[in-house]
Order: sequence, then C-alpha cells, then structure tokens
Amino acid sequence: MNTTSTSQDVVVRLRDIGKRFPGVVANHDVNIDIKRGTVHAIVGENGAGKSTLMKILYGVQKPDSGTIEVNGQQVSLSSPADAIAVGVGMVFQHFMLADNLSVLENVVLGAEKLHGIGDAARAKITEISDAYGLGIEPDRLVEELGVGARQRVEILKVLYRGASIVILDEPTAVLVPQEVDELFGNLRGLKAEGLAVIFISHKLDEVLSVADEVTVIRRGATVDTVAASSVSSKQLAEMMVGSELPDPSTETSTVTDRVILEVRDLTLPSPAGGRDLLHDIDLVIHSGEILGIAGVEGNGQAELVEAIMGMRPGASGSIRLGDQDLAGRSTRDRREAGIGYIPEDRQRHGLLLDAPLWENRMLGHQTRKPNINGPLIDRSGARKDTQRIVEEYDVRSPGIDTLARALSGGNQQKLIVGREMAGDPILLIASHPTRGVDVGAQAAIWNHIKRARREGLAVLLISADLDELIGLSDSIRVILRGRLGETFDPATVTPTMLGSAMTGAEA
Amino acid sequence: MMKSAQKTKILLAIGAPVLALVAAFLITSLVLILAGDDVGGVWGQILSLPSDRGYVNIINSATVYYLSAVAVAIGFRMNLFNIGVDGQYRVAAFAAAVVAGEGWLPGYFNTALAMLAAVLVGAAWAGIAGLLRVTRGVSEVISTIMLNAIATALVAYLLRKAAVKDTGSNITATKEVPEGSRVGGFKLFDSVPATVYGLVFLAVAVGFTYWFVINKTTFGFDLRATGSSETAAVASGINVKKMVVISMLLSGGAAGLVGMPLLFGNDYAYGSTFQSGLGFAGIAIALLGRNHPVGIALGALLFAFLDEQSNPLQILLDVSPDIVKITQGTIVLTVVIAYEVVRRYGLRLEQHRVASALGDETTLKGAKA
Amino acid sequence: MSVVTDAVAAVPAAAKKLSYGWIMIWLAVGLVLFSALRIVTGADDLDSSGTLRATLVAAIPIGLAGLGGLWAERAGIVNIGLEGMMILGTFGAGFFGYFVDPWVGVLGAIALGAIGGLIHAVATVTFGVDHIVSGVAINIISLGAVQYLAALAFTGEPGGGQTQSPTIKSLPSFTLGFLSDPLSDLEQKHWFVVSDLAAIARALVTNLSVLTILCLLLFVLTWWSLWRTSFGLRLRSCGESPAAAESLGVNVIRYKFTAVVISGGFAGLAGGFLALVASSTFRDGQTGGRGYIGLAAMIFGNWRPGGLLAGAGLFGYTDTLRLRGGGETIHGLLLLVAVGLILMAIWQLRKGRRVAGPVTGAIGVVIGLWYFFSDSIPEDLTGMTPYVTTLLVLALASQRLRMPAADGKPYRKGSAG
Repeated sequence: MNTTSTSQDVVVRLRDIGKRFPGVVANHDVNIDIKRGTVHAIVGENGAGKSTLMKILYGVQKPDSGTIEVNGQQVSLSSPADAIAVGVGMVFQHFMLADNLSVLENVVLGAEKLHGIGDAARAKITEISDAYGLGIEPDRLVEELGVGARQRVEILKVLYRGASIVILDEPTAVLVPQEVDELFGNLRGLKAEGLAVIFISHKLDEVLSVADEVTVIRRGATVDTVAASSVSSKQLAEMMVGSELPDPSTETSTVTDRVILEVRDLTLPSPAGGRDLLHDIDLVIHSGEILGIAGVEGNGQAELVEAIMGMRPGASGSIRLGDQDLAGRSTRDRREAGIGYIPEDRQRHGLLLDAPLWENRMLGHQTRKPNINGPLIDRSGARKDTQRIVEEYDVRSPGIDTLARALSGGNQQKLIVGREMAGDPILLIASHPTRGVDVGAQAAIWNHIKRARREGLAVLLISADLDELIGLSDSIRVILRGRLGETFDPATVTPTMLGSAMTGAEA
Repeated sequence: MMKSAQKTKILLAIGAPVLALVAAFLITSLVLILAGDDVGGVWGQILSLPSDRGYVNIINSATVYYLSAVAVAIGFRMNLFNIGVDGQYRVAAFAAAVVAGEGWLPGYFNTALAMLAAVLVGAAWAGIAGLLRVTRGVSEVISTIMLNAIATALVAYLLRKAAVKDTGSNITATKEVPEGSRVGGFKLFDSVPATVYGLVFLAVAVGFTYWFVINKTTFGFDLRATGSSETAAVASGINVKKMVVISMLLSGGAAGLVGMPLLFGNDYAYGSTFQSGLGFAGIAIALLGRNHPVGIALGALLFAFLDEQSNPLQILLDVSPDIVKITQGTIVLTVVIAYEVVRRYGLRLEQHRVASALGDETTLKGAKA
Repeated sequence: MSVVTDAVAAVPAAAKKLSYGWIMIWLAVGLVLFSALRIVTGADDLDSSGTLRATLVAAIPIGLAGLGGLWAERAGIVNIGLEGMMILGTFGAGFFGYFVDPWVGVLGAIALGAIGGLIHAVATVTFGVDHIVSGVAINIISLGAVQYLAALAFTGEPGGGQTQSPTIKSLPSFTLGFLSDPLSDLEQKHWFVVSDLAAIARALVTNLSVLTILCLLLFVLTWWSLWRTSFGLRLRSCGESPAAAESLGVNVIRYKFTAVVISGGFAGLAGGFLALVASSTFRDGQTGGRGYIGLAAMIFGNWRPGGLLAGAGLFGYTDTLRLRGGGETIHGLLLLVAVGLILMAIWQLRKGRRVAGPVTGAIGVVIGLWYFFSDSIPEDLTGMTPYVTTLLVLALASQRLRMPAADGKPYRKGSAG
C-alpha cells in the first residue's frame, strides 16, 4: 500500500469503500490515494468492480460503507452534481451525449450558470478546445461526430466545469491506436496542468505507457498500488486474477480439407449511402478449423456475422454451408442448416432476460427436437435438455426455472454456448465469446470451443482480445473498412503486427 | 427450496391485484366522502349479491369484455399496443351486420359468413397499423388511435348509406338479422326471462385457443419471444416483421368478434346505439388480467359486476353510477403500479436466491432490474 | 441489427429548418393559391373572415392540447392521457367558471388538468409504469370522474343538468370597430388576393376573446422557454438522453415531473377554452377526441411549436369547414389538394423517388377526379381529415420526423454509465 505521499499531494482518498447490490458485493475494502499531477490507472478484470467504484466517486451510486475525501475534505456524494461541485468529472465508457443536441448544448447542460447557454459559452468552448487542441466546433450536432470527436466532447465537458479530478472509464475501448495516442497526448497535457487523471482499463500495455501509478482491483477489493515504472504487464496480470492466467492456445492442428463455409463476393451496401459496409468478402473455413477475425470495432465485424446469419437484408454474394446454398435464405433456415451462433451482445441478442432458463434453451432452436413435437412445444423435452446443459456446461443456477436475468454474465454465456452446441452445428459463429465474463467462465468457454474443434466443428471467431484470437485460431484475417485483408499465421504473428494491420498502417 | 420459491411467486402474483383492489376501494371511498355522498350505502349496494337478472347481465357483458380484452392481450404478448380494438370491432360489427342483414345464406350459414366477415374486416383494419409499422416504422399506438377516429367517421358515413329508415324512429340501423340466423340464449334461472348469450361459448373457445396457441405452440413461443426481446428474436431466426403483421391481424380478427354476441344475441342490427368504448375497457381488463386467459376472465367479470351493481345507484341513493368508472380506472392504474413494484421486488428476491444458492456472491454482476 | 423500428432510423440532416424568409414566401404562395381557388370554385366561404375566426377558435384547443403533448414528450414522457386531462379541464372551467367567475374558471381548468398530469407523472416517473398504459387509465378515470362530479354539481342548477353546466359568463372580448367595418366592406368585394387579406385582418380584429390572445402567446412562451432558457435545455435533455443529463447533475426525475404537470395544465386549459370561449357551457363529451387530434398536430409539427401551430391550424380549419355546413366548400379544397399532390409527385420524381412519386401522383389524380365527378363531400368523411392527414404524414414523411430520442422509454435514477 502506498502510504508515503504527503497529504497535500493527495486529492482523492478512498477508505474502506464497500457497495452491495441485491445478492452481489460489488466493492469492499477499497483503499486508494490519488495524487495531483498524475495519471492513476485502476486495473482489474471484467466484473472486478472498477466501474462501480468510479460511479461511487462520481456520485451516481452511494457507497454502503467507507469514506471519500476530496482535497482533504470528507465529502458525501449523492449525485453527480455533488461530485462536479467538488471538482470531479467523469468520461463514461458509453458516451453520455444527446445525439440530437448540439455540442454546445451538450457541454453547457447542467452548467448553465457558468457562462450561460449563448455566445459566452460558445467562446469558452472554443477557448478550451484551442487550449488543449481538441478541435471541437460548438454548433455541430453530436450525431454528426465520429467516435474520437465524441470522446473529445466528453473531455471538454469535464474541463468546462473546471474539474481538477478527471475519471476516464475504459476510454480506449472504442479508439483506434492513433486516436489512443492522441488521447494519451491530451492526458499528459492535463497532467501537466496539475489535474489528477484516473484511468480505468484492463489493457495493461496501455496502462503502463501512460500511468504513473497503478492500483489493481480483484473481486471488488484493492490488491495493491504500485508505481507503473516498477512493474511488468505480466506481474499486473497475475495480480489481477490472483493466479496464472488461463491460456487460450490450442493444441495440434485439426484442420481438414473439408470445406464447411465458403463465402464469395459478399457485399453489403450501406443503407445511408456511401462506402459499402462489407465489400467483396471472400473466406473459407474447413472442418476442424478456427478462423479468427481481427479488427478495430466498427470495421464490419458485426455486419459480417449478421450477413452470414441472414439478418442483413440487402447483402449480395454467395454463402455456402457444406453443400447447401444459403444465399437469400432466412436466419431460421440458416440456423437449421447447421449454424450455431454466439452473439456479441448476449443480453440483447442471446437471451430472453425475463424468461426462465429452459425457455432460453429453446430460443433459436424452437423448430427442432428436443424442444418441440410437431407444431407444439415439448416442455418436458426442453426442460430435460436444459438440465443436461446446466450440468455439462457448469451453469451455476439454483434451477432451470430461474430467470436468465438473475444469472451472472459468465453463467449466461455458458448457457448460450451449451445451447448452441446442443444444436449439433457444423459451423459456430462466436462473436466476442468471452467478453465481460470472469476468468473461470472464460477458460471453460475456451475449452468447449477447443473440444468442438477437435470434433470437426468449423468456427468463425470474432474477438477484440488479440491474445484470445492468436491463442485459439488456426488462421487470422484482418477486417478493415468492410474488406478482409491479409491472412496471418497465429504461430508467428504478434499482437503488434495485427494491430498495425488493423489500422491500415504498413506493417 | 424450490417449493418455497414457487410459493412466494404465487403469493406475489395474487398480492398485486389484491393490493390494487384495496387501493381502488380506498380512493373511490375518498372521492365519495369528499363529494358528500353516502359511502356506506354505495358500497352496500355494489358489494351486495346480484339479483338473478343481474347474474345474467354480468355474464353477458363479461362475455363481450372478454373478447375485447383477449384481442388486446394478443398484441400485448408481442409488445404491441393495439389501442385500435375499439375501431376494429365497430368496423367489423358493421360489416357483419350488413352481411347478416342481407341473408345471402340460410340460417346459421349466414351467421358463420357474417362472423367470418367480421374477423376479416377487423383483421384488415388492424393490419393497416401492422403494415404501417413494418414498412414505414409508424408506431402502432399512434396509427391505431388515428384509425379509431377514422373508423368512427367511416362507419357513420356507411351507416347513413346502408341504413333502413324505420318510420317514426330516428334511430338509424342496418337491416335486421333474419330470425333463423340469430344465436339464441339459454336460461340460467327460471325466475327471470333474461338469457345468457349463446355466444358465451364463442368467448370460451377464443380464450382456450388463445391460451393454447400462446403457451403450447412454437408459433406462440415465437410471439412471446418477440414481445420479450425483439433483438433476441431476430438473432434466433424469427422474422419479426412477419410476426408483427400476423399478430396485428390476429388481434384485429379477435377484435372483430367483440360485437358478435351483441349483434346476434341482443341488437340484431348495427345502429347508432351499438355499444361503444368496448376497446378501451378491453385494454384495462387485459392489463388487470396480466394477459392471462383466466386472469382476463376474472377481470372481465369484475368490470361487468361493477357496471351491473352500480346501475341502481341513481335511483336508490341519487349517486351517479359513473362513480364506478373511477373505481375501474383506478384499478387499472394501481394494478400496473402494483405489478411493477412486485416485479422489481420479485427480481431482487430471485437474485438473492441465486446468490445464496451458489454461496458465491462476488461473481454476480450485470444483473440489473 | 435490422429490427422493425429501423424504418424511422435517422437519415442524416433530416428535417432542415425552414428559414424565416422561406416561410413568408410559402405563406404568400398559399394565399395566392387560396384566392385563386376561391375565385375558380366560387366557394367564398373558403376564407371568409367568419371562417377564419372560427378556425382560430377551433385551432386553439387543438394547439393547446398539442403543446401539452410537446411539453411532456420533450421531457421523454408520452402523454396520451391528454384527452382525459382536457376533459378534467372542461369540468374545471364549467365548475369554477359558473360558480365563481370565468377567470377563476380558466385557473380551475388549468389546475384540474395539472392534477391529471400529476397522476400521470406519479405513475410513469415515480413508478415506471408504461406511459401508454397510464395514459389510457387516466382517460378512463377522468371521464368517469367528470361525469360523476358534473351530475353532482350541476343537477338542479337553472339551465344545468346531469351532463351540462348552466351558461357561463363570457370572458371579455374586443372588436376594433374602426378597422373591422372598412375591412368588412373590402372583403365583400371579393377581389383577388386583396379581399382575402382583408378577411384575414378582419378575423384578427373582430370579436376576439382575450383568452384567445393569451393562448397564442403561450406558443411563443413555450418556444422561448424550451429553446432559449437553461430550464428548457435541461428539460429537453431529459427527453433526448436522460442518462447524459443525470451524469451532469440534472435532477431528471424533477424535470420530467415538472414537464408532465405543465403538460396536464396545458391540456386542462385546452378543455377550459372549449367550455369558456368556443362555447359557454360545460358539456359531457365536449372534447370529442381533441386531445388525440392535439397529439396528431404535435406529430405533424415534428415536435416543434411552430409546426404544431400549423398542424392545429390545418385541423381546426377542416373542422370549421365541416361545422359551417361546408360540404361544398370542402369540395372546393379537393382541387387544391389534388393540384398540391400532383406537384409533390413531380418533385418526388425529380428527386428520383420511383415508388413514392407515382403513388403520390396517383392519389392526386384520384382526388382530382373525385372533384370533377361530385358536387359535395359527405360531412362524416370530412371529420376524418386530421386523422388521415396524420397517418399520411407519418407514412410518407416519417424519415423527416424527429421525435425526442428517449421519448416513451422508462427511466430510473442511477442509470448514468
């Protein structure tokens, strides 16, 4: 624990913070000191309680126990207004912007007393934008802005309020590497002005490149705070999970020469006009092969998956599964033809949150045994098979009548994996299969995918986690602006090489 | 442990409507007290046992309410808000009255043909809203409100064209349904001449079919899945646009039947005095019964009971029977509030249960209400 | 993800605002067209000062109800309980207007409407009940409550009864005689454009209720407070992105609550106007679905006060023509609609819209034929105008409509992040 700093330097002091939700302990025994003029990173794996902690510091959630001191004063933060008043500002992971309002309106909202809502405010925004090189035009509608510009608007919002403590929650998740560099440049500028920057991330290399100090959180509690210069990313990773990290890498190749999925000239025009969302995609996956797709988010991964699943009307080109032509067929036909699908956003696309597990077992398989009997639902068949999945895939739940909503992310995902495997697919499309799940579930899901590959399954794997991609895949292709680029051999490729291919930089 | 959990679930499910009824009772009483009316007398009359004739009336009007509520509930299960049942049943009843009045077929064939016309016209009227939603993204709430008003004007216009004028009466109505095509009632009590609509069995059949299709068939599963999460439905291979149109058609078709017991059992013609406003009562009753076929039946009986029991208030106590509309509206509002409160509470309970069953509290995340 | 609602997804830069100059030019074009139509069809009542004055009186309740909808929906709460709140307003005006004073009647109407809004706010904001459900329930409760209370209050009063109040004293109104009379002469000449202008001017200086003027000012006041004050910015942000508003310290619950209560007040005033100005009694069923028409006018106006006023004017105008026995007058309008639709079809075709263009053109031709092969429109059908117009606007121009992004979505505190 870092206790050597003098009290003047410490602008935020968190002591014994604890927070419970119904049935969950999100935080307990959190102790952190944050010093002015530093970038302080908080790292931890998904679900470790980083975001909840920051919401507590920003007044969105109230802690159940513990104390918060800001600039030496103990404070009680019961709304963001309280936090803003003591100089705390936050840039959320999902931007908090109203698309249909102008940049100006978004910035002055809630802080109208400072410079009004008219020309004085406009001048102030331009001044801040110029001072930090943010390049913001106050009268643009937010919906016209790209992701990077939106993030700069968020930072400007915080600066406009004169914050001395800036929290950034996973700010790099949506940025391409060049934008990350720009952001880090901005953060160093803030640091130089004497602000304290709190930087939440689970990307350890980024953390080490920008942070001065790093606090590790595991299972809701602080593990330790260390100087960024004195630690390696491997050491940090082990502190995060408390043990050796699971290893995604597969064993010997099981790739056969039997073609399962063959996509030719797949093109998806943009409904709003402009560049095609997908352009002339060609790819082949064999039985026993895992093809990984790497790419910066928003380059067409989601569209590729949905086009293969038949969820994108307007896609042209040929898609063949085994000896069947899938072009023009419905999503249901494609599923019945042997595609299993683990969607990217399990809560929105994978589950009926307010339905019991056994009904979720039927979802996507409601035209097949054992769920049905002719046009009727086979309730006992579905329930029996759900029980099997719950046991085989280690879905931790008191029973199959529990609502899906009540399960943890990892258990929800294990249920989905078990369900999709139960359909005896010949092709599995796995979109970010371990995003937001705990380490245990991650390892289990990897094992299921590996086992299925050994048994001859073809897998299309989309992931933002490059280690996962390199570890699991038999070959990796990069998607950039809707086009599939070069093929890499996971045995030889490094994350850095993939990273430059993903941004279109020359390797 | 499952047993006690099941018990809590049932308790919660019953608790909500009871809570709502109590709240509605208190609010109505408060209104009566503030207005200076005889609270005890009003409740004494409303909560007394109905007369023999009253029972018959209650069953008859519950029959009509029930059909209307099922029509609304079909939409609700898909997360579609069919406010247009009101317009759909009137257009449909008018069409059926015209067909039945013409008497192209003999006896019950004529009845069946007219009912078919009602179902088709009701479905078509609702289908407009369904098509507008899937092709143009127009919210069905707004379009059905507009279609209700259009239906009112259209039926008034067509009625003027199709009406047969009775000399000496200023009631305009369609041709009467021939005797042989009417659906007779049956006697419940020998003491009163009033009969229960023969078409009460139509309501029972519709209710059973609704229950069976929604809960036991894969089509019903698709419908519920779409209502529960449209995005998950798309990913699971359900053609959501098709489901929207089909369920609007089904809802409209059921709405088409609402006027049938009245047409063939009571009015024998569609006229300017044909009962209106049944669609909105249907919304209230579907909410009250939580879209469950039995719940809806109880709700329909409750509404019919309140209507019937409040009728004599004017004569007996000089209190306007409209007081029960306050009760009915309050029940709807309080029942949805109660269901929402109970739902949140139930979810919290479930999360606690999951956590304690696993003895592994810290890994549970992302489970928000 | 392609889901059903995608059809209304934003097309970039939709719904460009009309500049002030263009509005003036279009108004002038409209005036000339109208004048020409009057002369061609010989339907002088199309824009007589009497028609226009009646239009104003018919449009204001619709417009006020629409403003009620606007306030609520700008804060993200759908309010289809407007009809019920209007009904409460009619009773408030009748009760306080008759027993106390017409001005107190105005306040009573606003207060009762606001109580309806309060119930809606408690249900939707506090308890998170579906907005439509709550609105439907409020419509049922209000209707029953007013029928019950009216019977209690007015039975036995001279000229009153179970379903209507005695005559209420009028609110003050004024006529500028020195302008009104010469304008009347000018109007009677039936000159091209000149007489039409005279009719418009005369409608605005003759027998105008003070409440009418106050209500017109409310449109300006609404625009100013929603788009020119920080209160309005905060309120609108609750309808666009409540999470963003909350993350900046805005008390979303309070703003939503306030907006819905104000919404109810506007709807109540709309009802009060019906009882106090449009007629001089409270009657059961007086609102006749105008709450819904108000909602339609708001959608027609793309959730903005100016457009809403135009929509209310249009709907009020068709309603007036119907009431003035204007089967033939409206018949004349058919020609205008037909010409307008055909022009629009040509414009659409030039924009390369291969489906919408011919469809619009075909409708235009059908209406034109209808004009030439008939003499009059049945009164029942003219009542449909607002509803059919709204459906057509929604169906044909839904890409240009822009409702508040979080409209109708439930919100719970603590949703930031």
